[in-house]
Amino acid sequence: MLHGYGSSILDGAWLSIHLALLAMALAIGLGLFGAACRLSPLKWLAVPGEVYTTVVRGIPDLVLILLVFYGGQDLVNRLALALGYEQYIDINPFVAGVCTLGFIFGAYLSETFRGAFLAIPKGQAEAGMAYGMSALQVFVRISLPQMVRLALPGFTNNWLVLTKSTALISVIGLQDMMFKAKNAADATHQPFTFFLAVAALYLLLTSASLLLLRGVEKRYSVGFKAAEL
Amino acid sequence: MTLDYPLIWQNLPLYLNGIALTLKVLLISLACGLALAIPLGLMRVSRACLLRYPAWLYTYVIRGTPMLVQLFLIYYGLAQFEAVRQSPLWPYLSSATFCTCLAFAINTSAYSAELLAGSLRATPRGEVEAARAMGMSRLTLYRRILLPSALRRTLPQYGNEVLMMLQTTSLASIVTLVDITGAAKTFNARYYLPFEAFITAGLIYLVLTFLLVRLFKLAERHWLAYLAPRKH
Repeated sequence: MLHGYGSSILDGAWLSIHLALLAMALAIGLGLFGAACRLSPLKWLAVPGEVYTTVVRGIPDLVLILLVFYGGQDLVNRLALALGYEQYIDINPFVAGVCTLGFIFGAYLSETFRGAFLAIPKGQAEAGMAYGMSALQVFVRISLPQMVRLALPGFTNNWLVLTKSTALISVIGLQDMMFKAKNAADATHQPFTFFLAVAALYLLLTSASLLLLRGVEKRYSVGFKAAEL
Repeated sequence: MTLDYPLIWQNLPLYLNGIALTLKVLLISLACGLALAIPLGLMRVSRACLLRYPAWLYTYVIRGTPMLVQLFLIYYGLAQFEAVRQSPLWPYLSSATFCTCLAFAINTSAYSAELLAGSLRATPRGEVEAARAMGMSRLTLYRRILLPSALRRTLPQYGNEVLMMLQTTSLASIVTLVDITGAAKTFNARYYLPFEAFITAGLIYLVLTFLLVRLFKLAERHWLAYLAPRKH
């Protein structure tokens, strides 16, 4: 049915999954850092944190992807020339994709993490302090395990959006499933068939993520009961 | 690093045309999307399985696949079928602007339908009971009470959806349209100045975002005044 292009598209899907996972890892790191900055009483940390989340969330992903890819290429080559390196350097679209998506979703996640942190009653941290725990111990033992539960709905949402955003990286030449499908469509003149296959693969990916994360949510909500309406 | 401001200024008409196209695509797709979302949202909360499940499937599939794939399916995909190419609709379906608006309208209709369904489900019990007590028929109940009330309460989340759609319109540049992002791509191709090109586009999107946020704040103050916290 796919004229032998099936395995090539599956390879592309594998690449998309890698891209999404690595970008998410970067986004979690940046998100925690951004949330910590915004919650900080120090102004020179809180203001840049706020600027980061506001600016990134107000600009389309595609514009940022193109800016990082073309701008980064320009910057790297100018830097290389200044250091006396004459050859033209090409930026790897996979690296550019991981960095850009990580940077974008770090901004969204920092909002999620900040909200989760603020939702934990203050008295718990104070109780921890009263037991003689250090600030780090309070965070690791008391705040963090509860943040997982409180941040999960927002995290799930962000993960689904990020997974779908990986399709955009094909625009800067990453050979993901979208790119492979486009090639196959051009070669066979059957674009509908191939893009439908990609849509099905994405749907599979988002459905599997949804089921998995719902399981995690159940695991971390043990002992908590939702209000009955 | 300094940007080449005179060159950006000189290419302002390019960006202005881009803004006009972005706003045009945004408004058309939002209007069509909302018109589709209202019946879909009603189907989604209906008690009849034959109405509920098709609407669920529609929103699930649309929300579970990337916008870019949906756009390519409509713009490149439909041409695969002889019947489509022979149909009287072909002049429209071969136009990038039409396909883009269609794809965006379908996409936003699924998200908006879910928002509306959420608001309909959260309708206070008393509103429905009061309407029944007044002897309203089901149709009157929906027309006078449920829909106006739910549409109003959806406003804050719908504002978010409009902002997301503004960002989504940047995908139009992938299918050859010269919207704001398309203008930036043209600029970059012409002068090879990526920072000037894409930072200008980013700033325009930021300004539009802030304007829309303001607009929705005003709309909420007007239509949701009765839900605002009481001031003494």
